[in-house]
Amino acid sequence: MARHVVAQVGEIPPGGRKVVDLDGHSVGVFHVEGEYFALLNWCPHQGARLCEGRLWSGLEGDVPGDYRTRTDRTVIACMYHGWEFDLRTGRSVCEPERLRVRTYEVTVEPDHPSDQDGSTLGRLSRTNATAHTFPVTVEHGNIVVDLRRTPISATVLGTPGARSEGNIDITLIPVEGSIHSGGAI
Amino acid sequence: MVATRQSPPQTASDASPSTVPLTFGASRSAASTRPALIDCDLHNELHGDVLALVPYLSDRWKRHLETFGGRSPAGGFYPRFMDHREDARPPSGRRAGSEVAFTRSQYLDPFRVAYGILIPLSPAASQQNHEFGAALAKACNDWQVAEWLDPEPRLRASIVVPIEAPDLAVAEIRRRASDPRFVQVQFTGRPQEPMGRRKYWPIYEACQEYGLKVISHAFGSYGQPITGAGWPSFYLEDHVGPAQAMQANIISLVAEGVFDRFPDLKVISVENGAGWLPSLMWRLDASWSLLREEVPHLQMAPSEYVRRHIWTTTQPMEEPHQPHQFDEFIEQLGSLADHILFASDYPHWDADQPDEAFPIRLAPELEHKIYYGNAAALYGLGETQ
Amino acid sequence: MTSTADTLRIATRPHAGNATELIDGDVHNIVPDTQALFPYLSEHWREHITNTLFKGAPETSYPRWAPTTERPGSELPNWRPAGSDLSVIKRDVLDADGLSFAVLCCTYAIDSLHNPDAAVALARAVNDWQIAEWLDKDERLRATVVVPTQLPAEAAREIDRVGCHPGFVQVGLPVRSSVPYGSRLHAPLWEAISRNSLVGAIHFGGAPGTPPTPSGWPSYYLEEHVGMAQVFQTQVVSLVTEGVFDLHPDLRVVLLEAGVTWMGPFLWRFDKEWRNLRRLVPWVKRAPSAYVRDHIRLTIQPVDAPPSDVHLRQAIEQIGSDEMLVYASDYPHRHASEPSRVLSVVTESHAARIRSANARALWRLA
Ligand code: FES
Repeated sequence: MARHVVAQVGEIPPGGRKVVDLDGHSVGVFHVEGEYFALLNWCPHQGARLCEGRLWSGLEGDVPGDYRTRTDRTVIACMYHGWEFDLRTGRSVCEPERLRVRTYEVTVEPDHPSDQDGSTLGRLSRTNATAHTFPVTVEHGNIVVDLRRTPISATVLGTPGARSEGNIDITLIPVEGSIHSGGAI
Repeated sequence: MVATRQSPPQTASDASPSTVPLTFGASRSAASTRPALIDCDLHNELHGDVLALVPYLSDRWKRHLETFGGRSPAGGFYPRFMDHREDARPPSGRRAGSEVAFTRSQYLDPFRVAYGILIPLSPAASQQNHEFGAALAKACNDWQVAEWLDPEPRLRASIVVPIEAPDLAVAEIRRRASDPRFVQVQFTGRPQEPMGRRKYWPIYEACQEYGLKVISHAFGSYGQPITGAGWPSFYLEDHVGPAQAMQANIISLVAEGVFDRFPDLKVISVENGAGWLPSLMWRLDASWSLLREEVPHLQMAPSEYVRRHIWTTTQPMEEPHQPHQFDEFIEQLGSLADHILFASDYPHWDADQPDEAFPIRLAPELEHKIYYGNAAALYGLGETQ
Repeated sequence: MTSTADTLRIATRPHAGNATELIDGDVHNIVPDTQALFPYLSEHWREHITNTLFKGAPETSYPRWAPTTERPGSELPNWRPAGSDLSVIKRDVLDADGLSFAVLCCTYAIDSLHNPDAAVALARAVNDWQIAEWLDKDERLRATVVVPTQLPAEAAREIDRVGCHPGFVQVGLPVRSSVPYGSRLHAPLWEAISRNSLVGAIHFGGAPGTPPTPSGWPSYYLEEHVGMAQVFQTQVVSLVTEGVFDLHPDLRVVLLEAGVTWMGPFLWRFDKEWRNLRRLVPWVKRAPSAYVRDHIRLTIQPVDAPPSDVHLRQAIEQIGSDEMLVYASDYPHRHASEPSRVLSVVTESHAARIRSANARALWRLA
């Protein structure tokens, strides 16, 4: 339970990731161009280790032949069947209303208390408005994940037959932490 | 599975597998508690494609390979979206599915696979030079014996044959028939003629003689389009196509009277899903009720032939948006539910995870049949575990 | 019966309609012989047809004597093909069924003609023949523009020539083609259909000269008859995947004589593949089943009904919308069960939609 130090600042290079075990649950922490994201390492389709999938830019199109790369969006594609999830929201690209993977909020706390509400913090904050995201912060050079708020529900995780009926919400754990300024970000 | 899987130690900065959840649905610990299964579509891959077969080729065909290489119909191939499952590549870095030891430790053991039916996707069947195709088929079967069947007693295999040269195919079938580990003869997803056509009857005759099943595995043979309306543009279309191709071949096998001539023949559709089976049977019977005079050799309604002679594997299992429709599908199958065989397609990207392959929880009796009983009965494999 | 919330492409959700009105979405008007087209052909082609072995497009997807081609009672004297006589269609279809509209589908095999000039000339002749000898003679009739689908630019020209005639409501596309209809080769065809606010009518059969299965030519007509459902599936996959509905958001397509019961399970697979492979075709923005429900309709003859009414009802509900099925007799073709079978297993309001409201929305009949 509670807050977990998941990494040292600088340990996860830009474009990198780290998969950690938090209270018995596997969570992937990603570093994308100065932002941190945390995602449950479990694909809602057939349970693959989602966080080992490739990262892609968002890709949209209006008409045939239109491939619009959205570099402002990062998706992770499951290494099994390629289902895409928005790293920021955990929502399925194909069925955002119906399918989502639990995400965690990642924030970076500065080394010095005076930076706490400064612009550096704001830039790094990954506050997400949805009810299912949780903070990851970095404190004193450690990336910290907080599991205090929501326990993993075994039924949601585990029961075949619960899948694909109605909203699939792979609930996960809150993540909080802060990263020292002066790290890779 | 939880008990046997070895998790690599977690490192600080890469994405190596973490301890929990374990791979591939194992968070449910289902594999460790459920009964063993029979996997009817397990791929043994040729590392380096045809080069893996060089040690098994005669000097004459080695020379041919070095001089000319293989020739298959050009222009019919769609690059797959992704390579084989990334986590299925052995530590040696060789192709996923190309090492029996790794298949054993990553898949057979943790997923409690009692038997796995190998289906190699070799270049033999599509060779335009039939003699070379026959040589590759023989080499591929020798490779299966030496590198898969001998080291791993849980494996059974498909006989690779040059299907477009039935005389050569029959010779290869006879060569393997005495080895009980070869359980079936492998067709590609779209032979040059519909599977029921007279051309292929010698193959079926040999299969019936030796009690071998016939399988048609999705894809393969690229000499004609995947559709009855020409070449589509995108791999997505190519990947929806096999279900249509298989239906055409089932229609042909039934209508052309193959099962009247070879009443013991059993045909298995592999990697085409199964959701299309009920409507195909309804349509067959409806058309036949009016056109039966054209096919007086048929002794019963076409759906009856399907029920007696056709088996299908599960993957890629249809996933209705409304799960109760999967129950309707099962109900519509009726007796044909005894002919549904679990298959994973390991280690391909589109493989179904054994413990997550269905959109609903199957009733226990049905679950046992699909995962084990149906295949055990079909292949004469014992009840175990 | 579920109905997708956004099933709006065909029209705003059609009113369930007049419960007693009946519209027949698939009646075949047959060109009796090439002579019938002479008034509509140029001097060159009349002379050519008279003096050479070229006699038009005699090939057909309906073998003349197969039991499915002419239903009992539809046969005409003197070997004339069933469906070639308007007075008989008036008596046995329009009047007998009390139809408010019948949509004619002429399947003259223009696609079998490899000579492009012959194909264009005969397509024009067939369309002018339809105007003069069918549409002008009964106001309940609507018709199908016949085009050389193998020559999309020429097809577009013909659509533009006659598409403004109020009697033409759709363009005929034989389901068997040598290239799937979603291919960019066919872009001019869809542009013309869209420009003229017509429906793309994909119908059973075709004579493109390429085999009807992925494994070559079958031996028996039975195989082709059954297997045509798979060719329809191919065209649905093609249209959605290759973005035809994204280019033409108001486009309507009807599958004629396609069967019905395959559609639901087919969509399960198609949706599944889209989830896996969406990145290849990012313009496909919603599940394929949503595109199908918005843009594609099916006539109900044949339906490929199972013996059990329960299973038939399940199969119809699996399609997922009560706006997709359109009543049709498929006169003069013969099928294993009557359209009334479908009407008998659905709710009354659904049956009313099938009988007329869905057809009115599809073809914009008023
Ligand atoms: S398990 Fe992740 S996409 Fe299927």
